[in-house]
Amino acid sequence: MPVETWLIFVLGFMIIGSIIALELKDLLSAVISIGIVGLGVSIAFLLLQALDLAIVQFLFEIFALIILIRAFNGKEYHIQEPSKSHMIQSVVTVAVLLLILILSINIFRALPEFGKPIFSTAKHYIENAAQETGSANIVTAIILDYRAYDTLGEVTVLFTAILGALAILRTRKSNGAAGGDNETA
Amino acid sequence: MTVYVLCFILLLVGLYGALTKRDLIKIILSLSIMGYAVNLMIILFAYRTDGSFAILVKEGSNPNMVDPLPQALILTSIVIELGITAMLVALAIRLFQQYKTFDITKIRRLSG
Repeated sequence: MPVETWLIFVLGFMIIGSIIALELKDLLSAVISIGIVGLGVSIAFLLLQALDLAIVQFLFEIFALIILIRAFNGKEYHIQEPSKSHMIQSVVTVAVLLLILILSINIFRALPEFGKPIFSTAKHYIENAAQETGSANIVTAIILDYRAYDTLGEVTVLFTAILGALAILRTRKSNGAAGGDNETA
Repeated sequence: MTVYVLCFILLLVGLYGALTKRDLIKIILSLSIMGYAVNLMIILFAYRTDGSFAILVKEGSNPNMVDPLPQALILTSIVIELGITAMLVALAIRLFQQYKTFDITKIRRLSG
C-alpha cells in the first residue's frame, strides 16, 4: 500500500480517538484516550520517514501522560464536573467550524501536492551537511550546527516554563519541592 | 490533498473542544490535539514520494531524501509543547486549590 493510504487510515483513527477523548465523562479515561492521538502522530512520523521525530513524539507522549496522571490522580475530581449542556452553543460551534472547513478546501487545492515539496533550502543541507558538519544525520546537523541558536532558545523556553510551573505550584509554607508534590492544600 | 484535509479536521476537532468544553482538563487536552495537528501538517509538507530518511548511509546514499529542515524545526516545537503542557497543568492545579472546581464557568472572581 502507498504511504498516503496508510496515512489516511492513521489520521482517521486519530480523529475518532480525539472525539472520544473529548466526549468521555471520566477524565482519567480521556487522558488515556488522548494517547491514541499522540501515538498515532508517532506512527505517522515513522511513515513520513521522520525517525528522530517519532522517537521524540513517543517520549513526549509518555511524559505528558505521567504529568497529567500524576497531577490529577488520587483526587475526587477525576470525574468531569456535571454542567448544564448548552446544546445551542455546541451546534453553533460545529456549524461554524464546518463552514471554515468547506471554505478552506480551496486553500488545500492551492498547496503543493502531497509528496512533492517545493522547499529549496534543504537541497544545500542535504548536499553539504556531511562535509560542513561531519554529521551523518542531517536533522541533528541542522539542530546542533546550522541552527544552534534555535536550540539554545528552545532550551531557554523549556527552562523558563519549568521555572514558571514551580513558581506557580509553590505554596507559602513549604519551600517548593518538585512540581506536583505540594498540592495538598 | 486528502491527508491535508484530514489533518485540518483534526485541528478543528481540537478547536471545537477548546471552544465548547467547560472542564479545564478537557481544554488542556484540546490544546495538545491542536499542537499535534499543526506538527503533523508541517511534516506532511516535507514528505517526498519514495523519499528515504535524512540520514547518510555508507554505500551510495539515496539522493531522494525527505526534507530535513521542517523535521528539525518540529523537533523544537514538540519539546516546547511539553513545557506548555506542564505549565498549564500547574495553573489548573493552582486554580483547583483556590476554587475547588475545574468548571471554568464557576471560576469568576479574582482572589489572591
